[in-house]
Amino acid sequence: MSAVVEPPAPSSPSQPRPPAKITEAVIRLAGNSQDGIQAIGGFLARLAGRSEQEVMTFMTIPSTISGGPSIFQVRVGSGEVLTSGDEADLLMAFYQHSYNDHLSSLKPGGIVIYDSDHVTELKPENLEKYRHIGVAISSLTVEAIGGTGRDKGKNVFALGLLAKMFDLNIPKLTRLLEERFASKDASVLTNAMNAFNAGYNYELATAAQLFQFQPGQNVGQAQVVMSGNEALAWGLIAAGVRFGAGYPITPWSDIMELLRRELPKYGGMFIQCEDEIASISMAIGGSYGGRVAVTGSSGPGISLKTEALGWAVMAEMPLIVVDVQRGGPSTGMPTNIEQSDLNIAVFGGHGDSPRVVVAPATVEDCFYTAIEAVNVARKFSVPVIILTDQGIATRIEAFRLPDLQKLVQDISPDLSAVADHRPYDLTAPNGVTRHLAPGTRVASGKYPVVTGLEHDELGHPTGSGKLHTAMTSKRRNKLRRLADKIPLPTVFGSDHGNVLLVSWGSSQGPVQEAVKYAQAEGISVSSVHIKYVNPLPNGLDAIFSRFTHVLVVELNDEGLYGFGGQMTALLRSRYCDPKIVGLTKSDGLTWKIREILERVHTLTTKA
Amino acid sequence: MSSLQFPFDVLSRTGAAASLPAPAVILDQDRKPLTKKEVSADHPTWCPGCGDFSVLALYFKLIERRKIWHEKITTVAGIGCSSRFPYFVQAHGAHYIHGRALPFATGVSLSRPDLHVFVFGGDGDAFSIGGNHFVHAARKNVKLTYVVMDNQVYGLTKKQTSPTSPIGYKSKTDIWGAADRPLNPMKLAITAGATFVARTTATNPNHVLEMMEAAMDHDGFSFVECLSECVEFYEGAFDAANPRKGGKFELISKEHDVTDEYAAYKLADAPWPGQFGIFYKAAKPTKNQNEAKIISDHRAKVAGQADWQILQKSFDRMK
Ligand SMILES: Cc1ncc(C[n+]2csc(CCOP(=O)(O)OP(=O)(O)O)c2C)c(N)n1
Ligand code: SF4
Ligand SMILES: [Mg+2]
Repeated sequence: MSAVVEPPAPSSPSQPRPPAKITEAVIRLAGNSQDGIQAIGGFLARLAGRSEQEVMTFMTIPSTISGGPSIFQVRVGSGEVLTSGDEADLLMAFYQHSYNDHLSSLKPGGIVIYDSDHVTELKPENLEKYRHIGVAISSLTVEAIGGTGRDKGKNVFALGLLAKMFDLNIPKLTRLLEERFASKDASVLTNAMNAFNAGYNYELATAAQLFQFQPGQNVGQAQVVMSGNEALAWGLIAAGVRFGAGYPITPWSDIMELLRRELPKYGGMFIQCEDEIASISMAIGGSYGGRVAVTGSSGPGISLKTEALGWAVMAEMPLIVVDVQRGGPSTGMPTNIEQSDLNIAVFGGHGDSPRVVVAPATVEDCFYTAIEAVNVARKFSVPVIILTDQGIATRIEAFRLPDLQKLVQDISPDLSAVADHRPYDLTAPNGVTRHLAPGTRVASGKYPVVTGLEHDELGHPTGSGKLHTAMTSKRRNKLRRLADKIPLPTVFGSDHGNVLLVSWGSSQGPVQEAVKYAQAEGISVSSVHIKYVNPLPNGLDAIFSRFTHVLVVELNDEGLYGFGGQMTALLRSRYCDPKIVGLTKSDGLTWKIREILERVHTLTTKA
Repeated sequence: MSSLQFPFDVLSRTGAAASLPAPAVILDQDRKPLTKKEVSADHPTWCPGCGDFSVLALYFKLIERRKIWHEKITTVAGIGCSSRFPYFVQAHGAHYIHGRALPFATGVSLSRPDLHVFVFGGDGDAFSIGGNHFVHAARKNVKLTYVVMDNQVYGLTKKQTSPTSPIGYKSKTDIWGAADRPLNPMKLAITAGATFVARTTATNPNHVLEMMEAAMDHDGFSFVECLSECVEFYEGAFDAANPRKGGKFELISKEHDVTDEYAAYKLADAPWPGQFGIFYKAAKPTKNQNEAKIISDHRAKVAGQADWQILQKSFDRMK
């Protein structure tokens, strides 16, 4: 808990110490997935959002349906929160295995609250390192709810304990509980409130320090709290997308479920297909119908889509493809994070097939990126891949309520008659032509065919090498024009120095936090974040030239030649600069600040 | 992060469309039916004598006869000789990838209920690489017409065994004669849940037109298998069904109850060359109707609200 303001010494030893003022806290809840720890984590995140604080969560879910060990980590801060935190201030352990597996995630001197009904073996050396508080969470919950013998509700009991400990806003929390259980039988809420109150009133004060958050920074701002997958799906709706198709796969499924549920309100639909090839084909059919459509997937599903994606590039059809990356190859690590789809996103498929790839960095960014992606797809008649990852997809953040009245777009097709139309007009400025939806009358009587065969300007097949050259350049040049419009990212920290860290996608948070730590240590480190992965913005080389080292931080393998991961290779191929090297890992987890700092230290002490 | 780099633009048309003045629109009632010349585009690249010519000619006839305007038809195909179809039709069209024309066409049909969606393709495209899509488009009862020009061979790739090649057919991949049992398109369509299942042959133009027209008028997934000879790689394949070649063109008896699924299935068992006509036809809810109902139910609850207001409500719940 940073910036702990030590409370004055208690006047009498029997009286509890007054609460310590803190600016942030990292709380890790460890149990089994069926205990509802995701739910309390969600309550805490939501409460932080409503309390004008910043919040970021991290969770793991077992990949088996029968449940199993699972954690939820919440970092709540009155100031800027960039990651879900390397180490926890407080661990709530529901089982012996939770205690054993997660104790090391605590900061030295951190507090562990454990369910003494289940956690019975405490190692003496741990008792010295961490502050232990045993609470018979399971039996106290049963007692509070009325002794059915089942401990369902112990998550809410634990929430009560935390509410007391961190002086959380009880009226706001109660409202959240009421909202959560509103649709259920009244007894469910009564039980929950009983469990909550039992936790809240449990005598913790003498055993533990009490804390109080400093007021949040984002005062007066309405905030919304959601996951990255939700933000992305809502962003697509705001962008005007009204048709989509998909096939279930973790962690993409939430997006299709939300769109399936919500689109009908807007007059749209989302279709569950027989497989991923059908999904992308149906979405392309929807786009052909005149309005940018969406498909998406994760892991193996993305591999299946590549042939059709190539068609969309060739036929110059706008399309959104969401790739929520997970550990690969093959079925890989379905519930773990990895950034190893950059190559397939940028290059996947046969032939020269330039497409746009954009990677949001935060939950809020998912929302805005979705709108931007739709606009780029429309303007340049090109498929756009939104590359997110398992981490950003499932984590929850609070962000400023977007100005929806301003942002929500109507992208209905223009079906008014035209005099003539050449879908692949080579004289169009910058090679940018636009799709003419069926239903549009063409007065010349010459109608367009859209096609994956190399074609002439009207879309009719050609075997001409000259036309293939011209059309290949057309498809490539329009992305060059797009690159001209992508702003050069600003450098975080000093614009010159020793080490420049390069981040993309969800590694932005940990990288920027590492920069802050390093700067505090007096080391010359800055960072730059790449959001537009393909095409890259122009001018990155000028930024790179002002640093001695360029270290690209990404969650994938260092590659056959060992210089770094997939973004490193992309940047090297663009700038031919061997100074660009990578920091990679494949453990399926997000970056720890410590891991980045270690590499920075080796670089800076060597130099 | 909370601002848009690429904000919304009302997009103007590009290229030739942008430089020419908007045409004066003639009202539909004043428009003359399209002539064959107006609906034909590229000269077909098929081999002389290929059965596919006949299917194309009858498609033109259907368009003329039913006064469908250029802009109201969409012709979709996968890959194969037969799938070259859209290039020969002067109307909006899409030449998609091998085997996936149905999901593409489903996207068009669902998002643009104002269009007539026709899909053309071959037996390999439909039943081999596209087999699963066939099953699912049929079961979902998507409103579109699918004409499979079955030549019982892979034409475009030059004589390999197809999923409908009969046992014993000598192809480049079965030089000793095909050994795998062919699938029966009628049975497949019926069991998959298609709501209009018909069979015709390119050598009987009147019947082809009749079947295509009935298929077009069916509200749901309408499937027509049209025997269409590949003169290059499977000459004489359908002589048995061609009276001019000494064969017999046998129509399904008038007594057949087209709503009887089992009777239809039995009919499909008739010995080669089988019978022709409508095997099965049933009125069942279409995917298009089901989705439209979901939409109208949801829209009723948000009547009078702009899209941003509907979204605002959802966001307010996430505060
Ligand atoms: C993914 C893929 N695999 C293979 C091919 C090659 N290919 C093109 S057409 C075709 C088969 C065509 O047979 P059919 O669908 O019966 O059409 P026909 O030419 O007989 O009309 C094949 C295998 C392809 N284009 N795409
Ligand atoms: S190869 Fe066969 S199917 Fe193809 S065009 Fe020639 S005759 Fe027709
Ligand atoms: Mg064939």
